[in-house]
Amino acid sequence: MKVAVLVKQTPDTAELPKISADDVRSGKVKATMVINPWDEFAAEEAILLGDRYDVDAVAISMGSPDAVDALKHALAMGIGAAALVDNSGVTGADMWTTAAALAAAVKAEGAELVITGKQSVDDNSGAVYAGVAARLGWPLVSAVSKVVEIAGGRITVERMVEGAQETVSVPLPAVISVGKEINEPRYPSFMGIRKASKANIPATPAASLGVASGSGKTQWTNIRKPEERKTKCVIIDGATVEEKAAKLADALLAEKVI
Amino acid sequence: MSVMVWIEQNNNGPVGNSFEVLGKAKEVAAALGTQSVAVLIGGDTANVEKVRSYGADVVMTVTSPLLASYRLSAYVKALRKAVEAAGATVVLMAATVRGREVAAMLGSELEAGYAPDAIDLRVEGGKLVAVRSVYSNNILADVTFSSPVQVVSVRPRSFPMPEPGAASGEVKAVDAGLSEGDVKEQVVEVKSTDTGEVSLTDASIIVSGGRGVQQDPAKGFELVAQLANVLGAAVGASRAAVDAGYIPYKHQVGQTGKTVKPDLYIAAGISGAIQHLAGMGGSKIIVAINKDAEAPIFEKANYGIVGDLYQVLPALTAEFKKRLGK
Repeated sequence: MKVAVLVKQTPDTAELPKISADDVRSGKVKATMVINPWDEFAAEEAILLGDRYDVDAVAISMGSPDAVDALKHALAMGIGAAALVDNSGVTGADMWTTAAALAAAVKAEGAELVITGKQSVDDNSGAVYAGVAARLGWPLVSAVSKVVEIAGGRITVERMVEGAQETVSVPLPAVISVGKEINEPRYPSFMGIRKASKANIPATPAASLGVASGSGKTQWTNIRKPEERKTKCVIIDGATVEEKAAKLADALLAEKVI
Repeated sequence: MSVMVWIEQNNNGPVGNSFEVLGKAKEVAAALGTQSVAVLIGGDTANVEKVRSYGADVVMTVTSPLLASYRLSAYVKALRKAVEAAGATVVLMAATVRGREVAAMLGSELEAGYAPDAIDLRVEGGKLVAVRSVYSNNILADVTFSSPVQVVSVRPRSFPMPEPGAASGEVKAVDAGLSEGDVKEQVVEVKSTDTGEVSLTDASIIVSGGRGVQQDPAKGFELVAQLANVLGAAVGASRAAVDAGYIPYKHQVGQTGKTVKPDLYIAAGISGAIQHLAGMGGSKIIVAINKDAEAPIFEKANYGIVGDLYQVLPALTAEFKKRLGK
């Protein structure tokens, strides 16, 4: 069975706080770019499924030619092949145009299962994979915490929702998104990195998959940094810890937050 | 034209966050000069009166045995029927796990502009604008739409919980038009993970622990939990504490954990890394308890106690027990 792992290249989470509004407006983010951390869980799960079933995994990303680095990370972890949907020159597209292109790429690979991270650390949308499922007409299960079984043309998974754990079974082909609970992504091995660095990653222009500039249904405007929290900290003093506790209780009751 | 809100239900009935969204939806509908419509999807209409008491102009019910347990494809089909019946142009729901997948599927199927996990909504020049917090809470953006239908999921606690009142809205039943063959998912099992503890995203008070518990992590988080218990608060943690294995990931607050917005956030033994602040900086009042008077958390806190959390937390627990008569 062919499994497609959708990955995105995103800023290193440690560098997210320093990203400026100008960076986002121009689309040229000045940060170290890495594989979206949530997608590492997806890649790891595809590799682990390979230990349980006869699975061929391919990593697919839509992005600029630089996004091959994210694909190479997936290859270095142990994913067998990779493909890039090159969106250079496309502007104003949104999650649904991205989804349509990725759906076409998934189809071209002949995949029967799509695995991806629950969201990206930059757009925070968690929507593209739903769009992929909708375009392909495949069922979607999001927030998967365990793949229980793939058998008889179905996949059975556990997933976490607020206050409950659901076990759901859907027919293949299907799309799943995974959270942090599902596994512990491996670090690429030295051999893996060497192999990935030599890999030939085919690139398909996004335009040839139907992505047109300016075809998005939403636009971002007034892009800005959140207001900095401006507080002056009142340090609670007291001779004993009990006295400090009493003074803090007075203050919090006066603030009406308790 | 109408502004629609999907009222999510779980084992305990309608999800409170849905009513936060409905409260705002009524304002949006008024600004657009149209009606607000609450949609209840499920196996029966048991909760329709409760939903009516939150004052939507219309409460739509889509009922079928096939909708008795939540299944994404069935619920999206049911919601589409309601959208059609009400001529909804704005569709809102709470950005829970289910809400986010329903909104994304609906948006995609309708080719509608979708703003996920929005933190504010307004109407400008007769058009909806959603505010999103992106780059893991490091950037804000206004989202405008160029599609006839607009879909938004709304981050829990973005809007105040409205007070229920007299039920006045008209109730309309919409045919789900579903057959089992339309529904791909089989629900094998649903296990409640509701341990009675307050969830982080719903909490009005959160008590969190960090690396400062390292001397005796089990004891440290027990003290955090005891204070949380007295205050009716949720238990949170910094990434450092989660990565060290002191407490499960579901408690993590911050850039790669949950974003929270309580009235009161008590950070015990948390230094205040910028990634943690990204997740809790929207709290109304922040209290920092830390041995290190130079810890960056004090720059963001409203109140601070410089001291050992193993002494401060039990003292606070005892004090609040007294004050709250527990």
